[in-house]
Amino acid sequence: MDSTALVALLQEALPGVHLESAPAHDLQTTVYIGRDDVPAVMRALRDRPELKFSVLAELTAVDFWPREPRFEVIYLLLSIEHRLRVRLKVRLAGDAANVATVSDVWPAANWLEREVWDLFGIVFDRHPDLRRLLMPEDWEGFPLRKDYPVQIRMKPDVRQPMQVTEEEFRANLEKDRHARK
Amino acid sequence: MGLEAEIPVLTTSVEKMVQWARRSSIWPVTFGLACCAIEMMAMSCGRYDIARFGAEVFRGSPRQSDLMIVAGRLSRKMAPALRRIYDQMPEPKWVISMGACASIGGVFDNYALVQGVDQVVPVDVYVPGCPPRPESLIYGIVQLQRKIALQKLA
Repeated sequence: MDSTALVALLQEALPGVHLESAPAHDLQTTVYIGRDDVPAVMRALRDRPELKFSVLAELTAVDFWPREPRFEVIYLLLSIEHRLRVRLKVRLAGDAANVATVSDVWPAANWLEREVWDLFGIVFDRHPDLRRLLMPEDWEGFPLRKDYPVQIRMKPDVRQPMQVTEEEFRANLEKDRHARK
Repeated sequence: MGLEAEIPVLTTSVEKMVQWARRSSIWPVTFGLACCAIEMMAMSCGRYDIARFGAEVFRGSPRQSDLMIVAGRLSRKMAPALRRIYDQMPEPKWVISMGACASIGGVFDNYALVQGVDQVVPVDVYVPGCPPRPESLIYGIVQLQRKIALQKLA
């Protein structure tokens, strides 16, 4: 199925949604969608019998700073049943860098969205567990943003948070002492 | 050392004896972080054979080792783990910083990596190279053995 036919098929499956087809150098079907359409579109792409995009192959983002809208979130989808691939993009402004999560549609999105948030600071609304994934837990800033200072010099932090709370630690000591008696 | 006539004994001082024992069986802890680790493994295998210098027993536990070869770039997130492994090693202990990344950060002049592991642990020998050839690392270990041989007990 060529790109035009696939976009037509998508538009037929998603009436009322604005699909903006974009040329891609690698000839993969690329479609821009609006930020607010994300949850409905993704669910339809996965569930409609003529589409069945059951695999979220990749979820990533690009920072085009200083251009506005600054971010693009990119979803690469694969339909095993119909042998289709599609690339969906969502434009996000720098001062409104948030989009609905798709981790309830594809569980695979959970860590991918955590990674994107970790490195770009794009917030995924209603994500179940939006914590840092690659950077240390107490890291400040989002390193893959184009305005992030890459060559910062800081002392490395070598302390490690305790695996138990202080009360648990003391209770363990007490238990040890009793066991030895 | 001197050989006494007719009696089959060698005499030496306790210090020399201890130095000899320490430098002749250095047990490194497994701490490969990146591509340098491949060269470190090559060094420990048959072709280069670090067993000739008594340092072939790579240990999986820091409790049983006395040398840490930091082989590769150290990320900031890894730094606490490296420090913890080092703290778990019994005294006396030594550290070899292997390669450009471990020594000064190498080509990775960025936020994610520690610019030299000497900010985290005290380093005895720096081995230059990107990555160093196994011969270089063997030379580094021999340099460390010389250093141990000069270490006074008191």
